[in-house]
Amino acid sequence: MTHIHTSPGVLAPGDDRSVAKRNGPGGNAPPAAERPDRRENLAGYLFMSPWIAGFLFLIAGPMVFSLYLSFTEYNLFEAPRWIGLQNFTDMFADPRWRQSVKVTSWYVLIGTPVKLAAALAVAMLLAQKRWGQSFYRAAFYAPSLIGASVSAAIVWRALFSDDALVDRTQKVFGVEAGGWIGDPAMIIYALIALTVWQFGAPMVIFLAGLKQVPRELYEAAEVDGAGPWRRFFHITLPMISPVLFFNVLLETIHSFQIFGSAYIVSNGSCGPADATLVYTCYLYEQGFVNSRMGFASAMGWLLLVAVGLVTAVLFWSQKRWVHYEEGGR
Amino acid sequence: MSLLSAAVRRRGPGALAWHLGALVVLAVVLYPVVWTIGASFKPSSEIIGALDLFPADPIGDNYTRLTEGIADIPISTFFLNSAYIAVGSVIGVVLSCSLTAYAFAKVRFAGRNAMFAVMIGTLLLPYHVLIIPQYVLFQKLELINTFTPLLIGKYLATDAFFVFLMVQFMRGLPKELDEAARLDGCGHLRTYWSIVMPLCRPALVTSAIFTFINAWNDFMGPLLYLNEPDKYTVSMGLKMFIDQDAVADYGGMIAMSLVALLPVLAFFVAFQRYLIDGMATSGLKG
Repeated sequence: MTHIHTSPGVLAPGDDRSVAKRNGPGGNAPPAAERPDRRENLAGYLFMSPWIAGFLFLIAGPMVFSLYLSFTEYNLFEAPRWIGLQNFTDMFADPRWRQSVKVTSWYVLIGTPVKLAAALAVAMLLAQKRWGQSFYRAAFYAPSLIGASVSAAIVWRALFSDDALVDRTQKVFGVEAGGWIGDPAMIIYALIALTVWQFGAPMVIFLAGLKQVPRELYEAAEVDGAGPWRRFFHITLPMISPVLFFNVLLETIHSFQIFGSAYIVSNGSCGPADATLVYTCYLYEQGFVNSRMGFASAMGWLLLVAVGLVTAVLFWSQKRWVHYEEGGR
Repeated sequence: MSLLSAAVRRRGPGALAWHLGALVVLAVVLYPVVWTIGASFKPSSEIIGALDLFPADPIGDNYTRLTEGIADIPISTFFLNSAYIAVGSVIGVVLSCSLTAYAFAKVRFAGRNAMFAVMIGTLLLPYHVLIIPQYVLFQKLELINTFTPLLIGKYLATDAFFVFLMVQFMRGLPKELDEAARLDGCGHLRTYWSIVMPLCRPALVTSAIFTFINAWNDFMGPLLYLNEPDKYTVSMGLKMFIDQDAVADYGGMIAMSLVALLPVLAFFVAFQRYLIDGMATSGLKG
C-alpha cells in the first residue's frame, strides 16, 4: 500500500477531538462543545469538496434553474420565454396531467401498503430461527435487485399478456380476462404486482427491526394471556415502529418516482388509454418528446412539492405512532 | 438473536407449517425467474400461451439468435458499454462518497451539521426535478451521447444514500483507533486512507455492489443521454430489441433478458450477505 502524506498543517495536535467524534453529525452536543479551528475547517472542506461541487452543479444550481424554467416556455433551441404561471394553470386544465396524478396516486396508495404488508408478514415468518432461514432471506431479496431492470419488465409483459400465464390461470378459476396488459382497467395492477414482488428490501429492514425486540416482552405478555394478535398490535408493531416509519417513507418516495417499469411494461406508450401514464412518464413525454421543457420543469416542481408534503405529513404523524424507546434510535 | 423463537417454539406453528409457508413464498417469488429460464429454451410460438414451466423439447435457437446481435450491433457492444459505466460508477462512488463520509464522521469543521442535514435532504429529493435542468446543462456542454452525464455525479458524491451508509459505519468504528493514529502523528488524509478505509470494507463493498447493480439496471439515464445505438447500454439494447421484434421474436427477447441479468445475478450470489446486511443496517440507525 502506498502511504499518503498529508501536509503537516492538517492535524493540529492537542485539540479536543474526542468531543467531536463522540458527537457525530446530528449528535446532540451543545454548540459550545464545537470549537472548530481553521486547520480542521480546511481539512473538512477539502474532504467535502467533491460533494460540495456535486451539490452546487448537479443539485442546487439545476434546482434554481428548473424553478426559473417552470415559469417559461422553453424548447431547448430558442431562449426561454417568460409566461408566468401559465404552465401551472395549463397543467391543472390538462386532462392527461390529471390522469397522470390519478395513476400515480393509485400506484402509491395501493402498491406501497401491500408491498409493506407482504414484507412485514414474510419478515415475521423469517424472524423465527429455523433451518434454511438465510437461504430464504436471500431468495426473497433477489427480486428487489432485478425488479428495476428492463428484463423484469419484459418478463412481466410476457406473464400478464393476453392468453399468457396469468390469463390462463384466471380462466381455470372461471374468470374471463383477456390479459392485464391490454386492459386499461387492469394493467396498473400488473405494475403494482411488479412492485409488490420486490418486497425483499423492506423485508430485510423489518427483519433487522424484529431482531431488536426484547423477547422478555413476549414472554411477559404470554404470561398475562395475550394472544398472537394482541402481541402483534401491542408489542411487535410499537417496537418496530421506527423501522416501519423508515420503510413507509422510503417506499412512498420511491413509488412516486416509478418510471422504467411503467414505460417498458406499456411498451413505451404509457398506455393503453393512458392507463399507465405515471407522473414521470408524462413528464418525460412533455419534456423530451414534445420539447416542452418549461412545462416539464413545472411538473417536476409539483412532484417535489407533493413528495415534500407527504414527507412532512409522515414526519408530523411520527409523534403519534412512532415510539423511540431505549435502543430504538 | 433468537428472540421470538422460544415463544414461537412453544406456541406458534410447528416447523412443518413454517417450512410450508416459506416454500409457498419461495414459489411465488421465484416463479417469474424459473419461468423465464424455461421460456428461453422454448420456440417463440410456445412462450405465450403454454402453461408448461419447461419445454418438452428444449432448443438453443434463442441463444444462437443472440450471436447475430441487435440491429447489426453485436451484443458485446452493449455489455462493454454497460460494464464501462458500471465499473466507472463504482470507482467514483467508493472514492467520493467515502471522502465525504469521512469528513462528516471524523472531521470537526464549521457548518458540518448544516451540511449533513442538506445531504440527508437530498436523499429525499425526487430525481425528476433535476432531469430537465441537468439535461439542458449537459446539452450546453455538448456532452449528450457521451457517458459523462451518467458518470459525473458518481465522482461528485451525489449518491447521498451511500454517503449516509458510510457515515453510519464510520461512526461505529472504535474511536480509539483514529485517536491512536493522531497521537502517532497521522494527518486526516493518512488516517482516512490507512485506518478508516480498510476498516470500512463492508460498507464500501456494499456501496460498490449496489452501485454496480443500479448502474447496470439504469434505464432512464441512458434513455435520456445516449442516442446512438453503438453507445447503448444493455438496458437500451433490450429496449431496441422490443421495438424491433416485439411480436416476432419473443424467444430471443426472453433469452436476451436473462443474459442481461447475468452480471447482476452473479454479483448477488457472490455478495448477498453484504447486500442484505448493508440494507438492514441502513434502516436501523436513523
